[in-house]
Amino acid sequence: EVQAASSEVSDHLSSKLLSKTHTRSAVNLPSHSLLIFITFSVRSQDIRNTVGNIPMEWYKDYPHIGYDLEGKKIFKPIRNKDELDEFLDKMENPDYWRTVQDKMTGADIRLSDEQVDLVHRLQQGKFGDVNFNEYEPAIDFFSNEVMIHPVTNRPQDKRSFIPSLIEKEKVGKLVHAIKMGWIKPHRPKETTPQYYDLWAKEDPNSILGRHKMHIPAPKMKLPGHEESYNPPPEYLMSEEERLAWEQQDPEYRKLSFLPQKFACLRAVPAYSRFIHERFERCLDLYLCPRQRKMRVNVNPEDLIPKLPKPKDLQPFPTTQSLVYRGHSSLVRSISISPSGQWLVSGSDDCTVRFWEVSTARCLKTVEVGGAVKGVAWNPNPSICLVAVSYDDTVVLLNPGLGDRLVCTATDQLISSYEEPEEVKDQPVQWAVAEGEGHEQGHRLILKHPKAVRQVTWHGKGDYLACVMPDNGNSLQVVIHQVSKRRTQNPFRKNKGLVQCVSFHPIRPYFFVATQRYVRVYNLIKQELTKKLMANCKWISSMAIHPGGDNVICGSYDCRLAWFDLDLSTKPYKVLRHHKKALRSVAYHRHYPLFASGSDDGNVIVCHGMVYNDLLQNPLIVPVKVLKGHTITHDLGVLDVTFHPTQPWVFSSGADGTVCLFT
Amino acid sequence: MFRRIFHWQFSALVYIRVRMRLSHSIQRRLCILKGIYPHEPKHKKKVNKGSTAPRTFYLLKDIRFLLHEPIVGKFREYKIFVRKLRKAYGKAEWSGVQRMKENKPAYKLDHIIKERYPTFIDAVRDVDDALSMSFLFSTFARTGKCHVQTIQLCRRLSVEWMNYIIASRSLRKVFLSIKGIYYQAEVLGQTITWIIPYQFAHDHPTDVDYRVMATFTELYTTLLGFVNFRLYQTLNLVYPPKLDGQGEFSLKSECEEDYALESESYSEKLSALSASLARTVPLVEDEEAELDLFPAEGEDLEKMEAREKIELEQNEQKKLFEGLKLFLNREVPRESLAFVIRCFGGQVSWDKSLCIGSTYDETDETITHHIVDRPTIDKQYINRYYIQPQWVYDCVNGKILLPVEEYFLGVTLPPHLSPFVEESEGDYVPPEKLKLQALQRGEKPQAEDDEEEEEEEEEDDDDEDDQSEDEDEANLAEMEEKRAQGKSLSVKVTPGKVKPENRMRAEQEEKAEEKRLAIMMMKKKEKYLYDKIMFGKKRHVREANKLAAKRKAHDDSNKADKKKKKKKKC
Repeated sequence: EVQAASSEVSDHLSSKLLSKTHTRSAVNLPSHSLLIFITFSVRSQDIRNTVGNIPMEWYKDYPHIGYDLEGKKIFKPIRNKDELDEFLDKMENPDYWRTVQDKMTGADIRLSDEQVDLVHRLQQGKFGDVNFNEYEPAIDFFSNEVMIHPVTNRPQDKRSFIPSLIEKEKVGKLVHAIKMGWIKPHRPKETTPQYYDLWAKEDPNSILGRHKMHIPAPKMKLPGHEESYNPPPEYLMSEEERLAWEQQDPEYRKLSFLPQKFACLRAVPAYSRFIHERFERCLDLYLCPRQRKMRVNVNPEDLIPKLPKPKDLQPFPTTQSLVYRGHSSLVRSISISPSGQWLVSGSDDCTVRFWEVSTARCLKTVEVGGAVKGVAWNPNPSICLVAVSYDDTVVLLNPGLGDRLVCTATDQLISSYEEPEEVKDQPVQWAVAEGEGHEQGHRLILKHPKAVRQVTWHGKGDYLACVMPDNGNSLQVVIHQVSKRRTQNPFRKNKGLVQCVSFHPIRPYFFVATQRYVRVYNLIKQELTKKLMANCKWISSMAIHPGGDNVICGSYDCRLAWFDLDLSTKPYKVLRHHKKALRSVAYHRHYPLFASGSDDGNVIVCHGMVYNDLLQNPLIVPVKVLKGHTITHDLGVLDVTFHPTQPWVFSSGADGTVCLFT
Repeated sequence: MFRRIFHWQFSALVYIRVRMRLSHSIQRRLCILKGIYPHEPKHKKKVNKGSTAPRTFYLLKDIRFLLHEPIVGKFREYKIFVRKLRKAYGKAEWSGVQRMKENKPAYKLDHIIKERYPTFIDAVRDVDDALSMSFLFSTFARTGKCHVQTIQLCRRLSVEWMNYIIASRSLRKVFLSIKGIYYQAEVLGQTITWIIPYQFAHDHPTDVDYRVMATFTELYTTLLGFVNFRLYQTLNLVYPPKLDGQGEFSLKSECEEDYALESESYSEKLSALSASLARTVPLVEDEEAELDLFPAEGEDLEKMEAREKIELEQNEQKKLFEGLKLFLNREVPRESLAFVIRCFGGQVSWDKSLCIGSTYDETDETITHHIVDRPTIDKQYINRYYIQPQWVYDCVNGKILLPVEEYFLGVTLPPHLSPFVEESEGDYVPPEKLKLQALQRGEKPQAEDDEEEEEEEEEDDDDEDDQSEDEDEANLAEMEEKRAQGKSLSVKVTPGKVKPENRMRAEQEEKAEEKRLAIMMMKKKEKYLYDKIMFGKKRHVREANKLAAKRKAHDDSNKADKKKKKKKKC
């Protein structure tokens, strides 16, 4: 009885619940509420849920679910069905489809017909309640018709009579905002069309200076054949070129894309960097500094200076006509006799050889005690003497060539020397050669304190200057007077490392070339008259023009500087025509020629005309490049000298030969 | 004095920002809109306080000029508007939002355009980039990279431009590159080049600042709109463009039903480029004024004649496709081809289902050319040529109707050459270009076999020459050797041979030596310049030679392949 009553109650409850949900018009009930009311309706079993609405998996591992009033465990119904039992059950039990497991109790429940019906209805989206009419006519309570009776009988509020404070506040705010100009009334609509004839009235005054100064952006580069979708085959990259292109930094690539060939227009894909390129163009337009660059359209031929033709400047040496062979090592220095008949050459093989110029015959070989650094033939035609420097010694040789009278006169001149009464202390020891040395031609031997690099004669042939380069600043240059066997040290102090010295051909001047400067001293007044700045790193050689007003300096940094002493202390012209260091330079005594020899194995002969007119600058024209020496040990031409009367030039090289160019 | 002036004239970018109290974005936009660009100072160190670090320098004058721009106020107003709007959204004040939106500040760039381009011709000169940008933006999908209105405006303006070009027939050159299609037109005497990308969806790069592009587009659309207006006026066309009355009628009947909006269908029809535009004054045929003839002498006369000749050529080119009736198959780029063909007076149509505005059907018997871009086609009509699209472009660039044989379906196409390359002397000219030039001169192309034979003969000649030269060299070497031996082998007199003196060669050698010697005497500066020029020239020659060699190798390998095939056939 009790059960039946309770069932009625629960039925009532469930239907009420249902109707409530219906009125909410929630058609899809959440599943757990469905289960709850299903459990309500299940009362035929003793097992009740005493644990409440908790997640049931908490009891998953236990044999019971909750406890009854006496504190005893309520056990789950024993479920030991395996798959097979399940299957058999499915096959045999006609109610299998309406059996549901209750998670709360763990028991199987067979759904009643009403319940199944309810589930069906809910599944179809219908109302759970069968009797509910969803299409009842609507009653319009709040219509436009004014009814005599109010809908509610409630008396009107006070607030419906008095104006709203909130509204007043809002309006007040708006009014204030309008007054203050915070809120603006509607803008008037634009009446002018979007586009019109902007340049209808073009007035020339509107072109301002800024338009004239404006630098328009250069237009985009127009594409070449290689950009075509179907370019000629030669524009496609080969495999190596492609690899090189890929490895290049994108900034340095000549082409920003890989040329490709497509068989037909249909196969051409989109270019992936299109937007990029547009964007880069935009950036260029507003971020790139613009500068007007005058494009000089120079014809390179116009840049070449117009010089007189070498043909018109003849004579000058053009061909190699004789080679003087005999030295076994590099020939450091050569000198020619004042008559131009004999040539002397000093070499590293410790010999000095005398040659006949016209036949290239070696007339005499004199052995000396060391590698010969410098030879110089006395320029006085009435004396036959050759100064030879090796190690710390300078030997004056009488080669005995040419006129016998001159030779004997020279010997007499040397032997006629008489010792002065008071012997001065000299930095150099003078000694007369005797015995074998004398037979060979040695006449005087001058022992210097240091190694002598260069010897040079004064034009009169009495004075002889020697250079002993040394970083210590004293005693680098000495001047000997042969007739009196006297030695002077002209400079108490030398600035820098002296490279070479030279006497002025006419006036009593003395040129001293250090690494960077050439100093000109007046020997009579004993003072410095000029200091020439050579603008080069290291002067190697120097030559004085026979006129005496021009000097050329060769340097180890491939330059040849021409000084005009009347003009300035800076070079009038610097020539860089040699590829390597210059070793030697020389002027011709009569012809307007000068030559320079360099480590690149060339002798370059230039026409260097000096005019008597002081206003006219010297004319310098290179006329010939002479090649005849082979480069050995990175050394080419070591010394050049001109024939005293003919336009011939001699050059000695590191290959042990002396060449004559005529 | 000078130095101080320089200090004053240039100032760095940072400096402006401080002075102007402008945000970076506004400053950037101002620079773009007003066309202010940095300058390269003559003495960087003086300006940059002795440092040589790379910095951008603007002229102080330019910066002052920027500051006086009234649009700065508008920009600020807009910024404030955005801020207020955001605030109102945040507070959910919908009425406020509504009100603010109605009062949205707007600005116009008309005065800037007028200021930057005081005359119309200046604007036309600068329209290149505007066109390229507008065509690019019109191809964007409406995905939020920029405003939809901008895309629509760009599309409208570019269609207007194309219609103008068609109406004025001022297209000169077209080039199919791998990047897109280049067009070159001559408008009011100015050559204008623009590029249109191929019709594909873009994958938008992430490292591109679309704000910069959008600012440029803003300027460019304004410029282009005004330019279009004025150009339409010069041709007596109605602006905004209207379709010509007769064409419109025929169009309306066909595909009106497919379109919901009339305005939309109208703009689509305009963009189909198939109908001519309405004019304010009815067109009178052959109204081209003849040039007045002035009596001229000497050089002027020659120039005049040359000018006349060019004009004649151009007139002929304008009528290149007149009388032809072309039909586009569906796989060819319709817009580009329709544009090009219509620019040169041809009639063009396409399948009705492909696009609005087709004027005749594929079955039309009077069609002369059918443009197809597939290897074969099923149904072929006898009385028309089936050709590949490159033919149209090559014809335009060659200014003549090229023989169609090389462009038939399934045939390997001849290379497509760039019409923008103008070879000067010493440049490499591809053989195809030579062939084209011969065709232009009216010479008939010889049969290929003959040519090949000739080429072979020529090659033989070359070989002979080479051989003779080689012999000469060998002789010389021998003689030299002999001479050397003579020197080393003591004194031995051998009967000398008379060496024939080559006077020409000697003279040349002499001249070369003279030049070499003169180069020695060059000043340092000039020598540097000379070396640079000569280096450039040599590189130029080297490149040309490389191309020629590549081509030769390619041709040789091709020939060898052909021969092999022939042999196999035999």
